[in-house]
Amino acid sequence: MANKLESTLKNMILSLFLISMVMSGALGFVYVVTKKPIEETQKKAEIEAVKNVLPEFDNDPTKDVKDIDGLKYYVATKSGEVVGCAVKTYTNKGFSGHFEIMVGFKPDGTIFKSAVLDQKETPGLGDKMKTKWKDQFNEKHPTTFKLAVKKDGGDVDAITASTITSRAFCDAVTRAYEGYMKNIAKTTNQ
Amino acid sequence: MEFVNIIILAIIVNNVVLAQFLGICPFLGVSNKVGTSIGMGAAVVFVMALANFVTYFIYYFVLIPLHIEFMQTISFILVIAFLVQVVEIIMKKAAPPLYQALGIYLPLITTNCAVLGIAILATQKQFNLIQSVVYGSATAVGFTLALVLMAGIREQMELTGYPKGMKGFPISLVTAGLLSLAFMGFSGLVK
Amino acid sequence: MSSLKVFTNGLLKENPTFVLVLGACPTLAVTTAAFNGIGMGAATTFVLFFSNMLVALLKNYIPDKVRIVAFIVIIATFVTIVDLVMKAFVPDIYKTLGIFIPLIVVNCIILGRAEAFAQKNDVSRAILDGLGMGIGFTLAITILASVRELLGNGTIFNIPIVSENAKTMLIFILPPGAFITYGYLIAIFNQLKAKYNF
Repeated sequence: MANKLESTLKNMILSLFLISMVMSGALGFVYVVTKKPIEETQKKAEIEAVKNVLPEFDNDPTKDVKDIDGLKYYVATKSGEVVGCAVKTYTNKGFSGHFEIMVGFKPDGTIFKSAVLDQKETPGLGDKMKTKWKDQFNEKHPTTFKLAVKKDGGDVDAITASTITSRAFCDAVTRAYEGYMKNIAKTTNQ
Repeated sequence: MEFVNIIILAIIVNNVVLAQFLGICPFLGVSNKVGTSIGMGAAVVFVMALANFVTYFIYYFVLIPLHIEFMQTISFILVIAFLVQVVEIIMKKAAPPLYQALGIYLPLITTNCAVLGIAILATQKQFNLIQSVVYGSATAVGFTLALVLMAGIREQMELTGYPKGMKGFPISLVTAGLLSLAFMGFSGLVK
Repeated sequence: MSSLKVFTNGLLKENPTFVLVLGACPTLAVTTAAFNGIGMGAATTFVLFFSNMLVALLKNYIPDKVRIVAFIVIIATFVTIVDLVMKAFVPDIYKTLGIFIPLIVVNCIILGRAEAFAQKNDVSRAILDGLGMGIGFTLAITILASVRELLGNGTIFNIPIVSENAKTMLIFILPPGAFITYGYLIAIFNQLKAKYNF
């Protein structure tokens, strides 16, 4: 320890300056190296989410995303023909507030499938919406299948002990459906 | 209404200690006496509001324009450490009584992960300046609430008997667990 | 202290989680499933290993009065590296651990080891200490996470242990369960420690 640097002002500034320089250099390097993989991972996750809720398609729906009123629309086509549209939607009525789901619609507005993206509902209760429960929406058209829990006069079986989450899920799907019919269905069906 | 929501959420529903697990170290370390925990809490309220105020400018006027958001962690922690030092020096000179009351808690705050955690969460939630400061102070009030409740229970606990093997951290943690259970009753309070 | 002792010190005698009770925030927050415990442990071990190494290497070039700031810069750099690498290659774990990855910066274990051990020892011992502490932390939080996952969800590492129809005790993967399980595990650890005198 004999040759340890003294705490003079010059030494302190010099040593901190050098350490910061080297460290930010290292960080910058790692940032540049990981930048591409991070983007690829995020894109892959996005495409994966779209794939989960739509029938087979062969375009890249993430290329031409429409962002209207806070909802994101991914239009999928197969050999040029529109096969469906995935809508990234949200609700603020969950038991823990905000959560996001992805709903796939066929061109006529029938729900194909849905997936839960980002949620913090109560584990074991509200987060059961991730399970088979959400399959009851599949292949239903919101004009004939009322998007509300049975307690409120709708057609949806609520999750046991999680009516609030179930209502919120319906809210998110309704928002996606209305947005889809208003913004996307018109343009793609012409 | 929006601010009421932020405040109720931050203090009670998503209590920083009992539901989000931030600031556990001071929570377990300083909650022996009600008096000291109020002092610690007051210091945290002050630093957290200030930290959220300053980091807001760092994030939106330095990191984003320069496209170096990945430097968030390193810049925030340095700013917070710096702030705590500055507050300590200023308080010592300008308000000696306040310094005597809160001074000893200030150095502990740098390593209070709640301060850094809440600053990062505020940027993730994309709060504006006022929301961010309100969020920071309300969270710190929630921290104080948990700390004072815990201290009250621990003061009583010293007078009661419990198994020897549970002495120290185990009994404190189990107590905190029960407190956390009670706070879970508030979930779903704000829509 | 022999090299072996430096390494095993962090595993049992001064286990950061069960004995020193440092870094309690991630310990409680991410231990809802055993895999999260491993992920958090690995990230922390990585940071501990490199920060201990660098602090030991540079100890003679850092003036005493600014050492804490210098340590924080070093630690924060490695934390950001872990953050970026995990975001790129293990996005699922990254998402679950969330804010607790940047918060490794304020995990008292790391600054504590830099201050109490690395700056007074040579590089090889500092590395061993970092590894020992890191692995001790990983083991401890994985045990905690396994207990919570088993009681709360009936699985360990996503492998079902109890029958699917069995009612599990949800409370153990909710916040209160974290505190309670951690408390009892420390108590058990203390009893074992007293009995076998390690």
